[in-house]
Amino acid sequence: MAAAAQRKPVSLKVASLVFIVIWLMVAAFPFFWTLWGSFKVELDFFSIADWTNALTGDLTKETYGRPFTGAGYYGAWVQEEFWRAALNTFIVCFFVVVTSLTIGTLGGYALSRSGHNYVFWLLIAALIFRAMPPITLVSGYLPPFFQWNLWGYLPTAIIVLVAINQPFTLWMLHSFFQKIPKDLDESAKVDGCTQFQAFRFVIIPVMWPGVITTGLFSFLLAYNDFAVTAMLLNEQNRTMVPKIAAFLGTTYTEGNVMFAVAAVVSATVPLFLLVMVFQRQIVSGLTAGAVKG
Amino acid sequence: MKHRTFFWFFLPTALAMLIFIAAPIVSVVMQSLFVPHEAVLIETENCGPFGCTTSIVIDQEATEQLREERPLGRFAGLEIYFDRGHLAVAEIGEAWQTSESIGEFLGELGDLPFYRAMAFTLSYTFIVTPLLIILGFVIALAVNSLNRRIKGLVIFFSLLPMIVTPLIGSLILFWMIDSRGIIGELIQYLAGDPDLSLKASTPLMWMALMVYGVWHSAPFAFVVFYAGLQTVPQDTLESAQIDGASRWEQVRYVILPHLMPLVTFVALIQLMDNFRVFEPIVGFNASAHATSLSWIIFNDLGGETNQLSAAATTSVLTIIGVAILLSPVLVRTWRDFRGKA
Repeated sequence: MAAAAQRKPVSLKVASLVFIVIWLMVAAFPFFWTLWGSFKVELDFFSIADWTNALTGDLTKETYGRPFTGAGYYGAWVQEEFWRAALNTFIVCFFVVVTSLTIGTLGGYALSRSGHNYVFWLLIAALIFRAMPPITLVSGYLPPFFQWNLWGYLPTAIIVLVAINQPFTLWMLHSFFQKIPKDLDESAKVDGCTQFQAFRFVIIPVMWPGVITTGLFSFLLAYNDFAVTAMLLNEQNRTMVPKIAAFLGTTYTEGNVMFAVAAVVSATVPLFLLVMVFQRQIVSGLTAGAVKG
Repeated sequence: MKHRTFFWFFLPTALAMLIFIAAPIVSVVMQSLFVPHEAVLIETENCGPFGCTTSIVIDQEATEQLREERPLGRFAGLEIYFDRGHLAVAEIGEAWQTSESIGEFLGELGDLPFYRAMAFTLSYTFIVTPLLIILGFVIALAVNSLNRRIKGLVIFFSLLPMIVTPLIGSLILFWMIDSRGIIGELIQYLAGDPDLSLKASTPLMWMALMVYGVWHSAPFAFVVFYAGLQTVPQDTLESAQIDGASRWEQVRYVILPHLMPLVTFVALIQLMDNFRVFEPIVGFNASAHATSLSWIIFNDLGGETNQLSAAATTSVLTIIGVAILLSPVLVRTWRDFRGKA
């Protein structure tokens, strides 16, 4: 190939390298800075006197004798019972992912295998629902939930998140199932399977890559949600994100900002690991919708 | 697939969406047209040895009965839409007549909560979206020219701002930009003003929120464009080189036209997503300087007041805004469908 023509002038190479380094700083530095700072006392992390204190931890050393302290983590996890929020988040995410994938695969499979006109309209309806900001739906949930005493419980929030998740799940899985050749289940049906049996024995064994990608995004939606969980869960059942928001309300006045910092770092760690393990799937999921259309 | 089979396969997901998306939308519209009943008051006269006093008490029975008869509340029509908290028709008319210049009129408009939120939401949407597309495109070009081995690492770190929870991401940035944070101190140092603070300055707060918006969404644009760059036709690129196109001209006349559908895609998605900006306002504690439509809804719903009708009305107005932004997407999908059929 025209390797010589593709070769870049040195100046351009340097410029693009410098740009990448700057971007990486912008993208990643805040996380490392906050991680480092979460092991300091507040006056080091938010240093009025000298910003290098945040690096060396002078005041932390004065208070605790070491430049690092887990006081913020102890305060958040034990004193303020952040573990409860973490547990709630785990429960919510697990059930949201499982439920929305179960009903989503059935629906998405049906959409991909039916040639009727209403498929298009169902997909359009899903697209419109996907565009609705979830917060606009909340005032529709509250009166019936209060009346039937459903407000505040985890299952309620789980079902709502599953429903909000469905439009996106349907679109992803629909386009994914379309890539699986129809001959597969057609031939199973010729051999005497019902549609469901064809789905169960022929499609399910080959669908996992697409389902895992979709599941990742369902997980992210449930994990990252703030508007719905903050409005629909009571204090004991709060998940991590609304819990952190609640910290903010109280801690700025009580001087416990470090609890919030520690909680924020704790809630970022699972996402960090998730990207590390599933980077390929996330990238492919993000581009799936785009490159096609 | 037979209709019958389709129905059973699709039923669970359809039920979920009908009950928890479609029905709430209807309910929100209804709530925005009704206001809760006021309590029925009755005047009672208590006569004692020191004369008579009249007191006003709530007639619990009558109130209860009224609520039972019409559980939706009192029909208000578009009253809530036009009140001061929303479209504020009367206030605008008055401001238009009394103010002497356009500037003064806009100033009065800025005092009305809905228009204040609208001003920020729209500025945010239409400033952040183009910026993040440009940034994402440049990152994609730069990463594409990298050595294969470090690409994965760069993509990993680039994904972080987008994957991380919006509220958490905005808090992390806020703690750094805050006057006691590292970037805040740097800005104070550069500006030579030790009192410069995000909390005290509206323009600074707007800029910080928009920086957050670009930081959060540029990775999405980057990933999409990067995938698009892998499919640029090499023949066209080579012929352009043979014809003597400079590097810039190759980008301008070969790569950009090839990526144009993706640019439209990212723009449409991001316009809709940025329109619902909400978490950064909470994270930056910015409501004194910037509010958005979503934030108003959240604020009306939370707190002690629990103003459902007001929240529902703002929700409907937000949905109308989203619908306007969504319409190009729908038209596009419709055309695709017609093209295929």
